[in-house]
Amino acid sequence: MEYDFASLIVEETAENWLLRYIFYGEPAIEQVQLYMRLNKAERTIPSISTIIHAADWHEREARDFFGPVYSDVAESALFLLESVGEDVIRTTPRFFYKFRGVEKIAEGQSVGRVLLLAERFSGTSAFAHSLAFCQAVETICQVDVPARAKALRVVFAELERFRHHLAAIAGICNSTALAVATSQASILEEEALRLSCSLTGHRYLFGLNLPGGVSLDLSIGQCEFLSYGVQVLFHKLQRLFNLLRYSSSFLDRLAEVGMVSKEQARSYGLVGPIARASGIARDLRQVLPYAAYADVSFEVPGEEEGDGYARLRVLFREVGQSVNILRGLLSSLPKGEAAASQVAVKPGAALGWAEAPRGATSHWVRIDEEGRVARYHLTTPSFTNWHGFHLAAEDFAYQDFPIIMATFGLSNAECDR
Amino acid sequence: MLRWVWEGIRRGIVTTAYPAREETASGVSPGFPAGLPRTFAASEEAETAASCCPSGALGREDRQVLFHDQRCIHCYRCLRQLTPPFEWHWQGNYEWAVSPRPSAERKEKFGKSFRRSLHLRVIDAGACGACLSEIEQINKPYYNMHRLGFFLTPTPRDADVLLVAGPVTDHMRLPLLKAYEAMPAPKGVLALGACAISGGIFGSSFASLGGVANLIPVDILVPGCPPPPLAILHALLAIVGRVQPNMGATTASPQGDEHHV
Repeated sequence: MEYDFASLIVEETAENWLLRYIFYGEPAIEQVQLYMRLNKAERTIPSISTIIHAADWHEREARDFFGPVYSDVAESALFLLESVGEDVIRTTPRFFYKFRGVEKIAEGQSVGRVLLLAERFSGTSAFAHSLAFCQAVETICQVDVPARAKALRVVFAELERFRHHLAAIAGICNSTALAVATSQASILEEEALRLSCSLTGHRYLFGLNLPGGVSLDLSIGQCEFLSYGVQVLFHKLQRLFNLLRYSSSFLDRLAEVGMVSKEQARSYGLVGPIARASGIARDLRQVLPYAAYADVSFEVPGEEEGDGYARLRVLFREVGQSVNILRGLLSSLPKGEAAASQVAVKPGAALGWAEAPRGATSHWVRIDEEGRVARYHLTTPSFTNWHGFHLAAEDFAYQDFPIIMATFGLSNAECDR
Repeated sequence: MLRWVWEGIRRGIVTTAYPAREETASGVSPGFPAGLPRTFAASEEAETAASCCPSGALGREDRQVLFHDQRCIHCYRCLRQLTPPFEWHWQGNYEWAVSPRPSAERKEKFGKSFRRSLHLRVIDAGACGACLSEIEQINKPYYNMHRLGFFLTPTPRDADVLLVAGPVTDHMRLPLLKAYEAMPAPKGVLALGACAISGGIFGSSFASLGGVANLIPVDILVPGCPPPPLAILHALLAIVGRVQPNMGATTASPQGDEHHV
């Protein structure tokens, strides 16, 4: 049986380094964790990157921790492009300009405070990350999350995925300079933001997760409002997608651009829509179901080509799945409370995970005797996928660079932390 | 191509009428707590009401609870975790721009010649992505800042105003300073969101400076986490003197460590 690498988590005690290698498991066994204790006198740690390339950045980060600009509105990162005329031979990205030390500043803080960090280090996938953090805390504190809270978490997580994918599709249209399509997709994105805000108070779904549940319950009227709202938006998106599908100038720019093969995706351990467009149909919602995902049936869309167009199709099909999940769940939310009545913080350590809009994320949380967070480690989909970005950005025409960037649709805030 | 033209016409105009008319659509702003400052019967009660705020946006002075909008990060804990009689309502306003300087000084800077043509350079100094997403929205059909004479430019040499989001990480300190120095005078700086104002939830730490004002002078502050698109439009209109911003002092933030630079 083969297991794919997911993350490397390092913790420090008085005498030892504790290294925890995490591999994706199956629903029955959750993850496989290899645990290594190393005396601090040892200055070197044997590397696994030579065998498992996906561990490359994780090991580099472990070494660094314990021991810049672009046009338009873009995040801060530096890309060195080596070109011969119009053809770019190779891309060397440099990240971590936005390093805010989230994991370090979380140490010694209360759970409530770290929750704010978990939610706000990557604002465009705030709900998924706060969910992964809350689930880790709930495992440590042995909290029984009410069924209604679990279902509401799925509702908000899918609403976030829906909005994120609309924004990603708008970004792809923008990268091909198709002005009308960009405007139409942007209109849908803003409408999804307004829908989120009307329902939850916040356009990016901040302030919803709590250890033990969610801070906001939905009335029957609100459920109908949301169900209808996403359906209307999806119909508009379908119309747009049908127009895009028959616009040859658009397809020409996406097809066979930014190729990532299945072998490469596996070797780099890529996650999310990018991996699913390259034939790796792993989705934590199905592999390791959390919240109410075990009771929800949906398809994980997969494509084989691994090019920009395949990634767009995966995004579009995932939006459709999210709408189906929302419609099914909103008409039959279980009765009960939206949050556990009391959460007593206990010492311990656990891993929380979620399928964020950009792919699998896992949060390792250790709580000490005083109820403070002693260690917080984040593995994010952007971190995992930026590592493999250079694969797609080799031997291409210069004008395709924004398209490769947009079809990857990654966040530097999520990667740099 | 014709299909696309028809699609654009069919959709019609969705752009907001702001600032000519107030925007009344639902979901354009996350809002702030309303009805503050508020006086309680006893100072213990005020303490109970203020202590639920993790970011210091609710301050207490004796029996009074005050609201510091620059520190609010929309966690909704005061709205959802307080039980009667401490609860209050939220209000979805968006005209939040704050000027830390007297208006005469601001007018002197840009005069009248920038009122209908202002070029902006966006710098991400460690933003979480939500602020940047809201800046993108003002460039899109619903808000369309072009109709008001605001344009994005890729280079600071063409920029009149710098839009900065994020708590100014160590690695972005130098690029931000260089971008500011490369701009021609007169130049303005807009600090967007709680992080750019005071470091927000990330504060001043070993990895971030905490607040743009610790590095370069700031003309307008836009509270919010993130500030909604209309708040950003309000700030842009304020910097060119087309609307009057709120007056207030900058929330001071201590400088981050220097050892990384």
